[in-house]
Amino acid sequence: MTAKTLYDKLWDAHVVRTEEDGTALLYIDRHLVHEVTSPQAFEGLRLTARKLWRSHSVVAVPDHNVPTRDRDQGIADPVSRTQVETLQQNVRHFGLTFFPMGDIRQGIVHVIGPEQGATLPGMTVVCGDSHTSTHGAFGALSMGIGTSEVEHVLATQCLLQKKMKSMLICVDGQVGPGVTAKDIVLAIIGEIGTAGGTGYAIEFGGDAIRALSMEGRMTVCNMAIEAGARAGMVAVDDTTIDYVKGRPFAPKGAYWHQAVEAWRELRSDPDARFDRVVHIDAARIEPQVTWGTSPEMVLPVSGKVPNPDEVTDEVKANGMRRALEYMGLTAGTPITDVTVDKIFIGSCTNARLEDIRAAAEVVKGRRVAGNVKLAMVVPGSGLVKQQAEAEGLDRIFLDAGFEWREPGCSMCLAMNADRLEPGERCASTSNRNFESRQGLGGRTHLVSPAMAAAAAVTGRFADVRELN
Amino acid sequence: MEKFETLNALVCPLDRSNVDTDAIIPKQYLKSVKRTGFGPNLFDDWRYLDPGEPGMDHGRRKINPDFVLNQSRYEGAQILLARKNFGCGSSREHAVWALTNYGFRVVIAPSFADIFFNNSFKNGLLPLILDEAIVDQLFREAEATPGYTLTVDLHAQTVVTPSGESFPFQVDPFRRHCLLNGLDDIGLTLQHGEDIRAYEARRRTEAPWLF
Repeated sequence: MTAKTLYDKLWDAHVVRTEEDGTALLYIDRHLVHEVTSPQAFEGLRLTARKLWRSHSVVAVPDHNVPTRDRDQGIADPVSRTQVETLQQNVRHFGLTFFPMGDIRQGIVHVIGPEQGATLPGMTVVCGDSHTSTHGAFGALSMGIGTSEVEHVLATQCLLQKKMKSMLICVDGQVGPGVTAKDIVLAIIGEIGTAGGTGYAIEFGGDAIRALSMEGRMTVCNMAIEAGARAGMVAVDDTTIDYVKGRPFAPKGAYWHQAVEAWRELRSDPDARFDRVVHIDAARIEPQVTWGTSPEMVLPVSGKVPNPDEVTDEVKANGMRRALEYMGLTAGTPITDVTVDKIFIGSCTNARLEDIRAAAEVVKGRRVAGNVKLAMVVPGSGLVKQQAEAEGLDRIFLDAGFEWREPGCSMCLAMNADRLEPGERCASTSNRNFESRQGLGGRTHLVSPAMAAAAAVTGRFADVRELN
Repeated sequence: MEKFETLNALVCPLDRSNVDTDAIIPKQYLKSVKRTGFGPNLFDDWRYLDPGEPGMDHGRRKINPDFVLNQSRYEGAQILLARKNFGCGSSREHAVWALTNYGFRVVIAPSFADIFFNNSFKNGLLPLILDEAIVDQLFREAEATPGYTLTVDLHAQTVVTPSGESFPFQVDPFRRHCLLNGLDDIGLTLQHGEDIRAYEARRRTEAPWLF
């Protein structure tokens, strides 16, 4: 039998039929839905009088538009409110599982799926959100889709797709102290570029990935899309199975044992062939900070802002010049000389318990620097928030001068009231440093939670390894 | 979905690589629950000098005269010429709706981000891939020649310049078929309902915990 990659196994298990040109009908096990990319899909179903194929497969939650404080007053922005209310009407009309604002289970869709066990190994998972790649951490095939595809999956339980190419990114060895999953994935993106994974499904492997917790693996897979790959994944091992066990949507009893047996197969065969293999030496990865307006514009914390004049590719050099101008940075500046205005610890990349613990460890016993206008922690879900509070982490942040908020996407994309003002510079644990992503004219630097905490207490980018 | 067969239209060159969907349509406009009305806010942050919000009269805003879409020579353009990795970032289909609402029917680039590429075909927008060297040539010609048009023929799979130079392009046969005929792919998939049910029956025995 031919050796298969993890992606081959997941693909083969879900093909319903294949057209002559290779376009396949791929069966979808789990469909996660949020308020921003679903209204037009539900409207499409109504207009064509189509039914949901399998409503039981859908889990819906509002996250992008929800306020992160004063929730008892509802959503102030009427346009945001309409969108969240539209989701509520749709879940009622179609009879879907729903975690509304105020429910302890509400949170960022990519945090709550795994937290509830709604994301399981071996599943195909889709959501109208590019960061759906997160769920691949469970040995699942998970992909972000557009609204037309959301409608297609709601109506048919399938996605039309051609098989992607396969890439193995092997992070060999172990990272040093203070270097986290976020630093690993930023270093990967720095290496292969923001389009390096376009057309590929990426499997992350190697000892450094195996050593990560599920939270860390989710952070890595979450940002596969920032390297251009629609899907990122990690093979199943004990870490995966231990995480899933006992979660509300996870299989129980005899099904649990049967499932675990099947999940153990969810790894690439030893001699499986990939279309591309990339090796990264974990020991060489330092804490990372992005300097520009694309996640590939990234530096080790010991680095200096690069000089476009030293780049021969003219299109690339122009992109760098535009980024420097937008970011208000000068080539040659050590990144640790750059001061920050705001700190955002949150998002589907880094708002899980482990992230909040890592930031709290740095913040403990320190104060937010005087030049920092706002430092906020936005937990990924109500349950993450509750657990963090049970551990006293909220007190550590509040005592240091941070704000401790309610769960949602918040300032990762600033669809709610949390945003940067023009020219403000933010150390952010989110995933995109695009122009104006966090607010018109805002300047985003992507970092790990520990590095964001270090920036908060020093008022500038600082090497978290030197803070002790 | 609107059919796409052939188009001869004015070309607007957007000389930036990695144009992300946040730039194509900023987040504040994603709060709409409709598929229409995004045209005035295509490239909003680049196109206007003042901050935009949903519900504003965008006709009264301060436009950025330096942005290519605001130059009168590109008024009415239906073909957008772009650089590599166009449409990266967020999966928001609103980016495609903004382009089509504005009037674009084709985007030509050396490469596209996967989700944007996929979304385009669902909305009658043809994302057309040409080699970087050819795209470079088209940029030079479009910038040097006011009124520069291209003819895109999906039947023949060619892009033809005003001087008659013809470049072939590739497109998946299934997607081409859907675009040429304006087919609704949900309807097509539902014709295979029996296959989907058979798959579910088989899967239910193999992996019952999924049901």
